[in-house]
Amino acid sequence: MTWLADHWGEVWTLLLQHVWLAAVPLVLGLVIALPLGWAARRWRAAYPVLVTTSGLLYTVPSLALFILMPLILGTRILDPINVVAAMTVYTVALLVRSVADGLGAVPEDVRAAATAMGYKGFRRLLAVELPLAIPVLTAGLRVAAVSNVSIVSVASLIGVAQLGNLLTDGYNRAINGELITGIVACVLLALAFDAVINAVGRILTPWTRA
Amino acid sequence: MIPSIWAWLTSPENWCGTFGIANRLAQHVGYSLLVVLIAAAIGIPLGLWVGHTGRGRWLISAANAARAVPTLGLLFALALWVGPHIPGRAAFAVPSIIALVLLAIPPILAGTYAGVGAVSPAARDAAKGIGMTPQQVLTKVEIPCALPLMWSGLRSAVLQVVATATIAAYIGLGGLGRFLIDGLAQADYAQTAGGAILVCLLALAVDGLLALVQRLVVSPGLSGRARTRREIVLASGKDGAPGDVAHSTSA
Repeated sequence: MTWLADHWGEVWTLLLQHVWLAAVPLVLGLVIALPLGWAARRWRAAYPVLVTTSGLLYTVPSLALFILMPLILGTRILDPINVVAAMTVYTVALLVRSVADGLGAVPEDVRAAATAMGYKGFRRLLAVELPLAIPVLTAGLRVAAVSNVSIVSVASLIGVAQLGNLLTDGYNRAINGELITGIVACVLLALAFDAVINAVGRILTPWTRA
Repeated sequence: MIPSIWAWLTSPENWCGTFGIANRLAQHVGYSLLVVLIAAAIGIPLGLWVGHTGRGRWLISAANAARAVPTLGLLFALALWVGPHIPGRAAFAVPSIIALVLLAIPPILAGTYAGVGAVSPAARDAAKGIGMTPQQVLTKVEIPCALPLMWSGLRSAVLQVVATATIAAYIGLGGLGRFLIDGLAQADYAQTAGGAILVCLLALAVDGLLALVQRLVVSPGLSGRARTRREIVLASGKDGAPGDVAHSTSA
């Protein structure tokens, strides 16, 4: 506790950095996964291809992906963009399946009813199918958020600052207070992400509580 | 950049000896195998017990909540607090192995539990109805039916272990992670990236292998390949009793 009291400012800066590195890929990943998941649903042949590819992407170990990103993007190794890009890859890999399965879980009679009421194509997707897929999407996002918060901390090994710095520095200099602060901050941040996504999901689906 | 990585990967002296790629690869596979075996020995019986009896569900929630703990923090905490109590060279390996086992248990436990929970009550009742003992119900009906989900839990545990064993090089574990960690420390990008490529290939190869094994061990009645088996049964006529055919199709 004394360690935290003495380093409050530093922890706060790293926390904000961590939030940024975990949240931006979550949003980017969702934006990319939505059309891909829709395509996986729309064309029967696309589903196995997209789901297998995203599974393979998720297989790549995080430290390896961070290190290989400069090779793919042409960035410098210390550039935080590498971490954002790598985390976006993982988020997309997790969410493509959620989007596809969420859209697939929309009951056929609901879709037929929407069509009968005059909803067509893109409007039906936005106004009927996507809202009904929100519970499945929320579940996917929660998994992605918790895993992102944990994986981002690994980026301290390649020198990108966030809460993982407390872990690495606490270990290197054997400062228990710093290490514990880092672990607790990461867990709390993961829980906070989880709670926020859950709350947003509930607000967006008032009919589930009717 | 790419030619230097290629040169690092293909130079014969990088492959031989105690610090060579071949030995590091063997270490990585060996540690991962050991960890997954220990985690499976704990996670599978526990998951079966919770799924079969319905007791101790808090274990599943606890295991899921534990996933919020950052893997890096877990590794460092164990290295700092457990490592000094272990004599000799094991002081580096044991904390890593404990951390990796702790990381591998939740997916195995959750997969096994979900698998047993998803077994249709009709299948369970039918097994009881034809006079199976509780143990036979577990080994002949519940485990085979739970296998797809159990196996996917095992697969994600294996991937987690292979990936985290790389990071454990930072606290002194051998394996391919050495090239990444040492390469970063020496600012030797060819070695770092070469190691990263090897780790990716290992993860992909292991996952592919597990996917193949899954096709072999999952009952054809569950994987939707029952028809082929029925045709084989009919064609060979070996177990050609009508009951057998009915059994293999209804499974």
